[in-house]
Amino acid sequence: MRAPTRTATEVAGLVADPELPMLTLADLGILRGVEETRAGRVVVTITPTYSGCPAMEAIRDDVIGALHGAGYADVEVRTVLTPAWSTDRITGAGRSKLAAAGISPPGPAPRRAVGPIPLALGPSRRDVRCPHCGHGDTELITAFSATACRELRRCPTCREPFEHVKEI
Amino acid sequence: MAFDAAYEALTDHEDDARWAYGTGFVDPLAGVSTVVPSQVERADLVAYCLMLGDDALVLSHRLQQWVTRAPELEDELAIANIALDLLGQARLLLSRAGEVEGAGRDEDALAYLREASEFRNVLLVEREDADFAHLVARLLVFATWRLALLDRLATSLDPVLAAIGAKGVKEVTYHREYAAQWMVRLGDGTAESHERMQAAVDAVWPLVDELFRPDAVELRLVAAGVAADPAGLCDEFKAIWAQVLGAATLRPAVTPAADLSAALSGASAAGSSSEPGGRPGAAGGLAEAAGRRGEHTPAFAGILAELQSLARSVPGGSW
Repeated sequence: MRAPTRTATEVAGLVADPELPMLTLADLGILRGVEETRAGRVVVTITPTYSGCPAMEAIRDDVIGALHGAGYADVEVRTVLTPAWSTDRITGAGRSKLAAAGISPPGPAPRRAVGPIPLALGPSRRDVRCPHCGHGDTELITAFSATACRELRRCPTCREPFEHVKEI
Repeated sequence: MAFDAAYEALTDHEDDARWAYGTGFVDPLAGVSTVVPSQVERADLVAYCLMLGDDALVLSHRLQQWVTRAPELEDELAIANIALDLLGQARLLLSRAGEVEGAGRDEDALAYLREASEFRNVLLVEREDADFAHLVARLLVFATWRLALLDRLATSLDPVLAAIGAKGVKEVTYHREYAAQWMVRLGDGTAESHERMQAAVDAVWPLVDELFRPDAVELRLVAAGVAADPAGLCDEFKAIWAQVLGAATLRPAVTPAADLSAALSGASAAGSSSEPGGRPGAAGGLAEAAGRRGEHTPAFAGILAELQSLARSVPGGSW
C-alpha cells in the first residue's frame, strides 16, 4: 500500500452520498470528525440524517474503501447521534450542487419555540422556489418522496414537479 | 439489456453493503457512548427501551403491510417512509436494550427471536387496519403521543435515549402532520369519507387510555430522570386531538367500557377506576396496561409470525 498523499479528512469528505450522489459527505454535513490516532488508525465519525437511513452502512463501507484506497490501512467508522443532524448542516457548495441537479435545497430548519410543537393544518405555502424556472409559490404534492429527506413539489408556473430537501 | 443481466446487476456488489434485507446488520449504535446513568436499574432501562422500541417496530410493520395497497403513489411513499423512520427508531432502541442487558442479544435476536409474551408494545399498534381511515386515526394517535414523549426524552439523563428523542422529534413531527392532514381531508370530505373517518376515530379510541397509564418501570425511571411521565403527555395529546377533530368536523369518540374489554378479548379485564375528566379514552375497563405486561390481542400473533417467519426459518440469513 502506497503512502497517503491526501489527508484522511479530505479523502473521507470527498466520499459521495449514496442517495444524493451529487453531494459529498462534507457537503451533506454528516461527517462529524476525522482523527488519526498516534498508532496510525483513522477514526471517522459520522451521523445519520434520519434514524432509519438505510444508506448508513453503504456510507460506512464507502468511507473505509476510500481511505484504504488512499493508503490508510487502519480505519474505524463510528456513529454519533447527538447533536442530531439538521439540514442547516448542508454547506453552501452542497446547496449549489443540489440546485444544479434540479433538487431544491432546504431553507432554514424550523426554530423551536418553548412549549409543545405546534401542528399546522393549513395548506403548505412556504416560499420554495422552482429549481427549473425560478418561480416561487410552489405547491406541496407529498411530504415524503423517494427518500425520507426529500418532499415532492410542483411548480404552477412551469408545471414541472421537483424534489425539495425538506427542512429538519 | 437481457433480463438476466438486469437481475445480475442487482446482486453484483463490489462491497458487502446491504441496504434493506437480512439479519446481521452493523450495530446502529456502533461507537455511541454506552454509559448507563448510575442511579438507574439496568433491568428497568432494558424494559423501557423494549417498550418504546416494540411500539415502533410493530407499528412500522403494520404500516409496511400497506405498501402496494395505498390509495395513491404519494401515500405509498409517505407510508413507507414513515415505516422506515419508525424501524430506524426501533433498531436504535432494541440495540440499546440488548447492550444494557448484556446477555448477548442484539437487535435481531430481540426483534426476531422473542415470543409474543416478551413484547412490551402498547395494544394500539397491534390491530389490523380495516381501511385507510383506520390507518390515519391510529397514526395520528400514535404520532401525537410519541412526539410528546420523544420531545421529553430529549432531556433524559440517559444519553442514548436523549439522542434518540431529539432525533425522533424531527421525524415524528412530519408523521403527525401527515396523519392530521388526512384526517381533516377525510373528515371534512364527502359523506362517506366523513362517516368512515368517524368510525375509525371511534374504533381507535378505546386503545388510547393505555398510552397514558404509567407502568411501574416507567414510574421508577421517571423518578430517576430517565423516562417521560406518560400522564404528563395528556394535555398536549388532548389539545392536538381536539384541534384536528374540530378541523375535520368529527365528534369525539364515546366509548362504553364494554368496547375496551372486547378489544382485549383474552387479556384480563378487571376494575373500574376511571377518573372523570382524566386520561383520554379512560373507560375503566382494565386495571393496568396490558401490552406493557406482555398481554396482547389476538391480532398480534399474526403480525408477529409474519415479522419473524423468515428470520426464524433461515437463522442468520443475509442476502
